[in-house]
Amino acid sequence: MQPNSQHFKANATAALHQPNLQAALKQLELGFVAGRARCYEGLPEFEALRERAESVLNHTLENLDAYLLEYEARVVEAGGQVHWASTPQEAREIVLRICRDADARSVIRGKSMIGEEIGINDALEGAGFEVTESDLGEYILQLGKEPPSHIVAPAIHKTKDEISDLFFDHHQALGFSERLTDRSALVAEARQVLRTRFLDADVGMTGANFLIAETGSNVIVTNEGNGDLSCTLPRVQIVTAAIDKVVPTLEDASMLLRLLARSATGQEITAYTTFSTGPRREPDADGPREYHVVLIDNQRSEMLGSELRPMLRCIRCGACMNHCPVYGRVGGHSYGWVYPGPMGSVLTPVMVGLDEAGHLPNACTLNGRCETVCPVRIPLPDLLRGLRARQHQQRLNSASARWALGAWAWVARRPRLYQFLTGMAMPIMARLGRKSGRFSRMPLAGGWTRVRDLPAPQGSTFQAQWQKRGRNGS
Amino acid sequence: MNSPNPSPRVGLFVTCLVDLYRPNVGFAAVKLLEDAGCRVEVPRAQTCCGQPAYNSGDNEHARQLALQVLEAFEDFDYVVGPSGSCLGMIRCHYPDLFADDAGLKPRFDALCGKTHELMSFLVDVMQVETVDASFSGRVTYHDSCSSLREHAVKAQPRQLLASVDGLELSELEGTDVCCGFGGTFCVKYPDISGRMAADKVAAVEASGADTLLAGDLGCLLNLAGKLRREGKSQRVYHVAEVLAGMTDIKSIGEGER
Repeated sequence: MQPNSQHFKANATAALHQPNLQAALKQLELGFVAGRARCYEGLPEFEALRERAESVLNHTLENLDAYLLEYEARVVEAGGQVHWASTPQEAREIVLRICRDADARSVIRGKSMIGEEIGINDALEGAGFEVTESDLGEYILQLGKEPPSHIVAPAIHKTKDEISDLFFDHHQALGFSERLTDRSALVAEARQVLRTRFLDADVGMTGANFLIAETGSNVIVTNEGNGDLSCTLPRVQIVTAAIDKVVPTLEDASMLLRLLARSATGQEITAYTTFSTGPRREPDADGPREYHVVLIDNQRSEMLGSELRPMLRCIRCGACMNHCPVYGRVGGHSYGWVYPGPMGSVLTPVMVGLDEAGHLPNACTLNGRCETVCPVRIPLPDLLRGLRARQHQQRLNSASARWALGAWAWVARRPRLYQFLTGMAMPIMARLGRKSGRFSRMPLAGGWTRVRDLPAPQGSTFQAQWQKRGRNGS
Repeated sequence: MNSPNPSPRVGLFVTCLVDLYRPNVGFAAVKLLEDAGCRVEVPRAQTCCGQPAYNSGDNEHARQLALQVLEAFEDFDYVVGPSGSCLGMIRCHYPDLFADDAGLKPRFDALCGKTHELMSFLVDVMQVETVDASFSGRVTYHDSCSSLREHAVKAQPRQLLASVDGLELSELEGTDVCCGFGGTFCVKYPDISGRMAADKVAAVEASGADTLLAGDLGCLLNLAGKLRREGKSQRVYHVAEVLAGMTDIKSIGEGER
């Protein structure tokens, strides 16, 4: 996916004026936010779990090399193969090679964000493979040729009407001649279409919610069961996963699963939680003949060695975006790449470049709501502020902003001068605004007055009045 | 908590917005602190806490301003001010800015330990339970993000407001959601900020209150500006002004009556 993050501002303004999107985003607040809150009310050990999750993941990251090697050894023992990719391009090449070596024609995919991150669908289709997304939301987006707008609910921005149109347009050729409008009829039609794709697919691809070092297993959670079918029916299974998905033990994965669904969708547990370990073995009745894992770095080693390391704890629940007042107004597409919201505003600059994604760390009020709901306690506001510091150091922010900051700081470090200047200016401003109590326009404050009035100041500054009253000071 | 020093020496961190825009809030803070038994001083060598620089990634200027605050305030028993945001900068972020400075870090840690947002200080430290004030009207209260999340201020202002004669509190729907101010965010991303403020204004309307209160002037200027732009009549005050009984002046953004 070509990043479009430099147009965040224009994207966002457009999104604010899309009524369908705005209605969908309201539903997110009512659904996921309320659901999560209900879940945690019934979980008195929530804080203790968060603490444990944070420490297990910190320990894992501290020893990531060892756990990855342990994981690889267990996968190989189970008869699987592990491939290492440092870049998205390497990852794509590995997947294509596996598919070609297997003489595959069609690929069925379970929803995975790493698949979006490495752009696997375009690569597979470009190489002539037939690709089908099997998660309902992702399937809808595949038909509409759109990227996901949420990491858990990828098609949250689509209305039922739009989905009816998409199905009608694309399913007629498959013998479905009626435009359906009923929700369950639409689901049933998608199920019929997808069922044959599952049965026909040569390769099943999924991501991984966790990789377990002690067992060599990968874990996926879904609510549709499409992940299970993707990894059990086709003869070749490919798991693409980022290196930060590994956890030491089965016990650790179970503990994190307790946080994941609650934080994501407000469920205690997802409908399906699937553990797979290696290919089919005697006496298995089904399962893939080949089992491949592609472990992808894509800048994560860099992050591991930087102040952004806590971001690697992320378990992709989406709670940060569900609770983000900015995401909740502008939706996922505004962010211009694969990962939206607070977590995306940290990851995107790292993965596509701070110059391309320069808006994202700044398009945040640092209100901190994301951090309070993050199940693994990632200090998202601090990380975003850290990226702003990188921008400042690399001089990626505008010259005028730097100049203004410098000038302001110069005066602010000279309290007598500061008080002299403000002592002169504020009474004038107060006099100008006395009648109406506000300014609807103000030179140099166009960003403010574009959407709201600027209240007029009261009069003399506090410092000036305090000195006049002869009160103590030093 | 140990029983407090009955008359601690408090350095008032006025905050630049209060200094420039709404001195009445500063005087209200002084009154509340003095009523609680504090000896209040206002160091003249204060301007801004440095948050605009810090949140813009300009840590060097932020450190310089932090040092200025340290030197002006470290001798006081407490540093208190009418803002969760600015006092949160001192309390939560100064120590991070000097994490690698073995000489200064302990001094900033000490400063951090005695720095409090006003509502939290009055209730949690000075154990004030009631105030002597009256205000006739139905108010609603917006929890500023920094007061809520950096100082755990939620019950304290409500407890004090409950003792104000004639005041009725009507809770704001979504009170823990940001109003869209966000420092430089509000001018860098006015359209998003404006929508957030508009949603907050709608919640104020829905609360049925005739007056909006909060503990941070940034939020209040944003929301007063949005209320005025939309032609709404709700009055806007800093919570300290109401608690000190100092609402005899025009509310924020209000014109001549």
